[in-house]
Amino acid sequence: MSKARISPLRSGFVHLALAAYTVVALFPVVLTIVNSLKDKNAIFRTPLALPTAETFSLIGYTTVLKQGDFIGYFQNSLIVTVVSIFFALLFGAMAAFALSEYRFRGNTLLGLYLAIGIMIPIRLGTVAILQGMVAAGLVNTLTALILVYTAQGLPLAIFILSEFMRTVSDDLKNAGRIDGLSEYAIFFRLVLPLVRPAMATVAVFTMIPIWNDLWFPLILAPGEATKTVTLGSQVFIGQFVTNWNAVLAALSLAIFPVLILYVIFSRQLIRGITAGAVK
Amino acid sequence: MGSLQLKSIRKAFGNHEVLKGIDLDVKDGEFVIFVGPSGCGKSTLLRVIAGLEDATSGSVQIDGQEVVTTPPAKRGIAMVFQSYALYPHLTVKDNMGLGLKQMGAPKAEVDAKVAKASSMLSLESYLARRPAELSGGQRQRVAIGRAIVREPKLFLFDEPLSNLDAALRVNTRLEIARLHRSLKATMIYVTHDQVEAMTLADKIVVLNAGQIEQIGSPMELYNRPANMFVGGFIGSPQMNFIEAGRLGDKEAKTVGIRPEHITLSRESGDWKGKVIHVEHLGADTILYLETEVTGLLTVRLFGEHKYDVDDVVYATPDKASMHRFGADDRVLR
Repeated sequence: MSKARISPLRSGFVHLALAAYTVVALFPVVLTIVNSLKDKNAIFRTPLALPTAETFSLIGYTTVLKQGDFIGYFQNSLIVTVVSIFFALLFGAMAAFALSEYRFRGNTLLGLYLAIGIMIPIRLGTVAILQGMVAAGLVNTLTALILVYTAQGLPLAIFILSEFMRTVSDDLKNAGRIDGLSEYAIFFRLVLPLVRPAMATVAVFTMIPIWNDLWFPLILAPGEATKTVTLGSQVFIGQFVTNWNAVLAALSLAIFPVLILYVIFSRQLIRGITAGAVK
Repeated sequence: MGSLQLKSIRKAFGNHEVLKGIDLDVKDGEFVIFVGPSGCGKSTLLRVIAGLEDATSGSVQIDGQEVVTTPPAKRGIAMVFQSYALYPHLTVKDNMGLGLKQMGAPKAEVDAKVAKASSMLSLESYLARRPAELSGGQRQRVAIGRAIVREPKLFLFDEPLSNLDAALRVNTRLEIARLHRSLKATMIYVTHDQVEAMTLADKIVVLNAGQIEQIGSPMELYNRPANMFVGGFIGSPQMNFIEAGRLGDKEAKTVGIRPEHITLSRESGDWKGKVIHVEHLGADTILYLETEVTGLLTVRLFGEHKYDVDDVVYATPDKASMHRFGADDRVLR
């Protein structure tokens, strides 16, 4: 393999820029984790220092695990995130398939209508959503959150996936039709595996805002049994006193599940790319 | 076992009519080729036969059975696509067997038929591979194998050789011709390449702008083109078209003469002219002349000939091989 020559100076600058960006991106995360392992005085006196034998303390973590049902909060967050991603991807992909595959009256208009959600934040409809949930008796249930997040994730999923599905060869779908595959089989067995990289991208973009959201849990499901991690951590932030150890510990813990989900999706992403395309 | 009747097939996309009433009869075991310039509707017609596209009106009968409302999988057809269209996540064996599996055939039967088809195409050693691990020619053979396994009444080929390089194209062409002889199946083949059409077909259907220009055997089309379009489309280099008035023919509008039906001489002949370009192909020599009577004239001589640019020559057409076309571009008999 011959590569175009890049001068060492130039590649040095590229790496410098990348390294600088990495530092900027990781700084808050590292700071959070480092300080979560220190006692309260050390957090304020030397916020940038690593924990030493003197200042090391797990008080934050013990507080978090003792107070409230944190395992339960994690569970709620995970259930809401995973189920919402699943439905957003499933329905998003189905809608995208219909939009990209079938010719029908109003196709373009419907596609635009479904994509409008990308531009209009779902929070504008909070009052109406709350009224709806109250009327349906879904307040303080995870179902309420899942419904809202699925709706929130759909526009982007449809937009990205329908573009990708247009690139799947028509001949392949037609070959499936001649071999007697139903439209569902064509969708699930031919098209979905080919757009897997796009699905992983959508999953990542959908996942982060759901996991980090405070707004809807606070409004739709503030009950103890349905609290999510972001909402659960709020108990440590008071109007006058904030338990920083506990807040930092809770945030550090909250990073890990989302990190694991990300690793799973990004592996899918890479496998999808290397699996080989149509031709 | 594999006949096809098309009756006044029309197809429109919006206001644009792509097929303008196609009538066609294909007998059992025939190899029929649809040929025409791009955009003439030949692929659309194939898709209508396959059931992948609904005709706006008209009837499609396979073996005397009306199939307009029958889904593609139940029409008893198999199709080979230009882009191969193999399932990327399945092995060669599963690619070939999927259609039968979907029909609910027992596994032993599927295996037997896949084994038979793969031995016909010498694909046995690739059965466990995925399409990504095969070359272009092998992929197209798998696609053909997938069609054979289904034992269809009708084979449909949609420009199957267009993605292959020149050498492979000739090999695969031979393979398809051999298959047609051994399977004795009805085949319908779409191409824009007249060489494929001439070499493979029992019957060629020349399409232009959504209409059939002429149907006939390759030699019929070559020797007796029904109109100027067919005359110009079949044969390479293209037929010379000369204004009939220049030759003193008052009845016809245009006279056509194929480059190979003209003889050259340095001494005497009908049309005096000057050589403006020569192409030496080894087996053939193609000359472009500017003559006083006819204007630009292409001449094809067999074998090697020593002519240079600016040589003065005399061209003489073979009168019996001239085609006379009337004002409506149709041939005068």
